[in-house]
Amino acid sequence: MKFRTFVAFVGPSLFMMLVFIAYPLVAVLIQSFQIEQPVYDTVEVEVCSPGFVNPICNVEQKSVPRLDENGNIITNTSWVGFQSYANVLEFGRAWESVKSFDFGGLQSIDFWKALRFTLTFTFITLPFALVLGMAIALTINNATPVVRGPVIFISLLPFIITPVIGALSINWLFRGDGIITSWLEYWLGRDLSFFAQAWTIETLMMTYRVWHIAPFAAIIFYAGLQTVNQDTLDSAVVDGANRWQRLRYVVVAHLMPLIIFVSIIHLMDSYRVFEEVVGFSSQSYVISLQWMTYEFLIPDDAGNRAISRASASAMLTMIGVVIILIPLLRRTWRDHKRGALI
Amino acid sequence: MLVRSIAIGAALSVWAFAAHAECAYENETEIRAITGSMPAWVAVTEAMKECGNVQAELNNEFLEKMQEGFAANPPLYNLGGLYGSATVPLMNANLIRPLDDLVEKYGQNLQPTQLYRVDGRIMAIAMMVNTQHLMYREDIFNELGIEVPETYVELLEAAETIKQAGVVDYPFGAPWKTTWLAFVDMYLGYGGTFFDENWNPTINNEKGVAALEMMKRLSEYMDPEFLVSDSTYTTQQLQQKKIAMAHLWASRASAMDDSNESQVVGLVQMASAMAPEAGMIPAASLWWDGIVLPSGISDEEADAAFRAAMEGIDAEMAVENSGAAIWLIKGYEPGRYAEGAIATAQNGGVPYPSSTQMGLMQTAIANNIADFFTGNADARTTLAEIEEAYIVSAKEAGQL
Repeated sequence: MKFRTFVAFVGPSLFMMLVFIAYPLVAVLIQSFQIEQPVYDTVEVEVCSPGFVNPICNVEQKSVPRLDENGNIITNTSWVGFQSYANVLEFGRAWESVKSFDFGGLQSIDFWKALRFTLTFTFITLPFALVLGMAIALTINNATPVVRGPVIFISLLPFIITPVIGALSINWLFRGDGIITSWLEYWLGRDLSFFAQAWTIETLMMTYRVWHIAPFAAIIFYAGLQTVNQDTLDSAVVDGANRWQRLRYVVVAHLMPLIIFVSIIHLMDSYRVFEEVVGFSSQSYVISLQWMTYEFLIPDDAGNRAISRASASAMLTMIGVVIILIPLLRRTWRDHKRGALI
Repeated sequence: MLVRSIAIGAALSVWAFAAHAECAYENETEIRAITGSMPAWVAVTEAMKECGNVQAELNNEFLEKMQEGFAANPPLYNLGGLYGSATVPLMNANLIRPLDDLVEKYGQNLQPTQLYRVDGRIMAIAMMVNTQHLMYREDIFNELGIEVPETYVELLEAAETIKQAGVVDYPFGAPWKTTWLAFVDMYLGYGGTFFDENWNPTINNEKGVAALEMMKRLSEYMDPEFLVSDSTYTTQQLQQKKIAMAHLWASRASAMDDSNESQVVGLVQMASAMAPEAGMIPAASLWWDGIVLPSGISDEEADAAFRAAMEGIDAEMAVENSGAAIWLIKGYEPGRYAEGAIATAQNGGVPYPSSTQMGLMQTAIANNIADFFTGNADARTTLAEIEEAYIVSAKEAGQL
């Protein structure tokens, strides 16, 4: 392809990537090293709040931001180095807890609590999603062509449902005397509370994620299954390979690049787990790294947001994603190079 | 046939005209309102719409939308409906308009207690108050011979009696998904203060510990899922006979008598929020909801918006919707649902101490208090963690 044609094709998407990916990334990186503070004056004001029967008047100290002539709040922006990162990570407190083997203490620091859950969530759901996805794919593949369409449609449903809605529905099935809880209570003859401790909520969250993401894995694997070489399978039969060995050494080996692809996508997605925290309202028990960023970013009643810490936390999440992807990316790169040599 | 349609059409238009005529005047200026989404706002905006040319956006995210919409030039809205502490960021950015001139012109029916004044200037018009109060099952209390508790100490005794009798799943319920508010209420009841004069945090003290310990003792009588229970869920628990007492928003009172969803119609009574111990003030904060006008609109627009708002919060609306809120409006007779809230105010309940710093404190409490209930930290450690988190964010926000 001529260079000019290449540029003409790639140019627009490159431009889009610069504007919508590279620029925000750089902006967030810069913000994570800065702090923007309004300039405050402390003033004494008399405030009369509505009460029943009579208003309630108090003289209060209020800090009021100074405004410029256009009515905008005057702010000072200063470079603070890694201050916001330190505020998020709280290394001092974390190290104290680790030194005294105080796991509860470590778990009361937001970042480490969120990291613990995020990693557990990511690595426990991965094998389940892969195995379940593969099972669904094989089921579809072995189904008679007449029912294949409906089976594909039904198995894709969990993936189509909006995550927050899906999580909420599962929440309601188990919450209080929800349908499944009542049924289990009747069956086991004891009182159950799924939302009274962390591990049950975590299990529900992970189950939900596997249920939601398995169809995606299944559809990719199903596509891969269509390209398995029938001759190789036949010769494996001649060589005396049983069903399991054929699956293990022919099918899975053939699908390996796809398994790695699905793993990469899944790791990236579940490291950014967020919807489950909202859907299961788990924030009192478990939070995720992405939830932390969101918490910093949304304004409170008084309009404060912690933009710097939100940026730092977002950068840390991104670094985390890169770190957990390194082994898989290295493998892909190695395979790629080997393929190029052959 | 044709004649009949014309007759029906004519009848309808007369009816429509009659409905329209409920507003005292015809509004010519376009009014765009943004408000919260609770039933009280539905009632008020519907009443305003009778004047014509009123569009209302009722939204759960009204706070952020109002902040941005008021700051735009020209403002995207010319009327806002909010709860009291949400005025802080708007006033900080000088985004709301003093209403003294308009109150003088159109506010003949307003009561003094409806005016939210900052340094003498009227910044908002309140239409209702809301607070958390005690709701209890009168039938169970009568059956077991329990007196209505005035303090949490008495409530614990009542809860024990109810638990022994085994008449409900859990004696007590409260929306502790917003654990921070439950703590703020309890801490206010113990007479605690949140800041010293330099905005340093002052909650790590005996009162803070007492508030946390009291909450832990209460939690033993609550559904073990209390940390995920919001107001709607607690309301449903009371409606479905799962709990016998609740510390819940006054605005939820009328839902108890809604026969479509409640199994306890007429059985639930309201009383003052309890004080933690004898001789203390009720562990509850008073909130109000009202209207504000953006500072960026023209005087004509402000005039029209304020006039329509006065139609929205008139006596007629309050009487028609007496169950929707505890109105501060003249002509509204507080009924059974308002008794608890009024008693809370009269027993010395204090307004929610909203400020820029309190916003930060709220977040610090919310992010750390659960550790105390899940057993990750004891009371002192939890309070120290809250103070530390507050200091970090206050420094970042330039407040310390």
